[in-house]
Amino acid sequence: MTARPPGPGPGPAHPLALRSRLLAAIRGFFAGRGFVEVETPVRIAAPALETHIDAEPSGDRWLRTSPELHMKRLLADGWPRLFQMGPCFRRGEHGALHHPEYTMLEWYRAPGDCEAILDDARALLPEAARAATGSPAARRSGIGIALDGPWELMTVADAFRRWAGWDPVAAFDADRFDLDLVDRVEPALPRDRPVVLTDYPAAAAALARLKPADPRVAERWELYLGGVEVANAYTELTDPVEQRARFEACAADRRARHRDVYPLDEAFLAALARLPPTGGIALGVDRLAMLLAGAESLDAVMAFRE
Amino acid sequence: MYTASDLRKGLKIELDGYPYEVTEYNFVKPGKGQAMYKCRIKNLLTQTTQDRTFREVDSIGKPDLEQRNVRFSYEDGQHYVFTDPKTYEEFSLNAKDLGEARYFLTDDIEVSLLFHNGAVIGVEFVKPFVEKQIVETEPGVRGDTATNVTKPAKIDSGHEIRVPLFISQGDWVRIDTRTGEYAERVARR
Repeated sequence: MTARPPGPGPGPAHPLALRSRLLAAIRGFFAGRGFVEVETPVRIAAPALETHIDAEPSGDRWLRTSPELHMKRLLADGWPRLFQMGPCFRRGEHGALHHPEYTMLEWYRAPGDCEAILDDARALLPEAARAATGSPAARRSGIGIALDGPWELMTVADAFRRWAGWDPVAAFDADRFDLDLVDRVEPALPRDRPVVLTDYPAAAAALARLKPADPRVAERWELYLGGVEVANAYTELTDPVEQRARFEACAADRRARHRDVYPLDEAFLAALARLPPTGGIALGVDRLAMLLAGAESLDAVMAFRE
Repeated sequence: MYTASDLRKGLKIELDGYPYEVTEYNFVKPGKGQAMYKCRIKNLLTQTTQDRTFREVDSIGKPDLEQRNVRFSYEDGQHYVFTDPKTYEEFSLNAKDLGEARYFLTDDIEVSLLFHNGAVIGVEFVKPFVEKQIVETEPGVRGDTATNVTKPAKIDSGHEIRVPLFISQGDWVRIDTRTGEYAERVARR
């Protein structure tokens, strides 16, 4: 572990103090809206199966890559509004915008959908930013982003047609999608306002529901600030049969790639049948703190880095 | 072959038959997508750089590169001959192989040669500064110690460099072989 590079000394101007105010503001925001904060297990027996997310083993279990499955079990028990903010772990993710141990904020509304979650995000970000820095703005590469100004919504198909020259909804190609997203689309996104990419191709739905009116796309959106991905929201998939099928397809895919395959979370799948229509989101708190601090790397807002 | 997860700053790779060095690298991973590596790579033959993103599915060539530290032995008019001090193996290079480096050779000086598929593609002096005598320049302006005003001067190899006005014919100067530029005057007889 190395200490963070030199900057302002301990005090209110220090990025760690900014981060502390951000955490308090997030908790205050949700408490004021009737959300209950929960803490679910960090060591879990069955991490969510996702093709490209690897869990860190911890004895005979794994460290959670997200609290999602446990939170949905609580929602199925009847909790209408929940949030959690705590450590999550992803093996091998290391870079200016990645760290294998990081802080994730998740919140859920049941009943709810990803539209309701977007309304929450639009209210939360300016309020939390103001509490953290005194101004409702983020900053990336010197460009200010007004969080209380207009948020630009754009479908994934429109963004790809415009900047990558093809439509991933019409014909999906996973490798090309990822590559063009980071090489063409993300660098071209407007830098001076929050951008929300919506309507992800069904093949990139992960744990989102497909749009009833157009099942080629999922009810999933992602928030970008200054070209940096900050949050990922879903209208949650609540169909246990389809969820099991997606997990099994993912398990087969992981097996073919010689990656660890995690057991299916049967308790989660059983609970899913009782889950009302639900909206949920995962937001990277370290990245948000970095953008509020106007820093270029997570180093600035993490007390220690591996 | 390398895979994308082997990439790191300084790694030498081969693409389309050319050797490249990774000069910058960033781990990126969109949302639910695969890990990728956004790299800046430098072509070791042309020294030009470009940006390239590698995916997990990409396999990346390993170039046949060899580095040898050798000493300059002699020049026969057409060739510059170097010797490996350990094996006594000789390497005969021409002016094109050496580029500007040929002007800065001195007896027995240690040079690092980089070979790609057996051909020399890079020549570096192990100690980047060499000392050379000025054999021709306009008379020195005594007392003018400014270093930002320069005049042309020839070193013993016939190569012309720019030197400050106070340098006189017969002076010895230190030259940075990486830039080919004058660094300072040295006392030497």
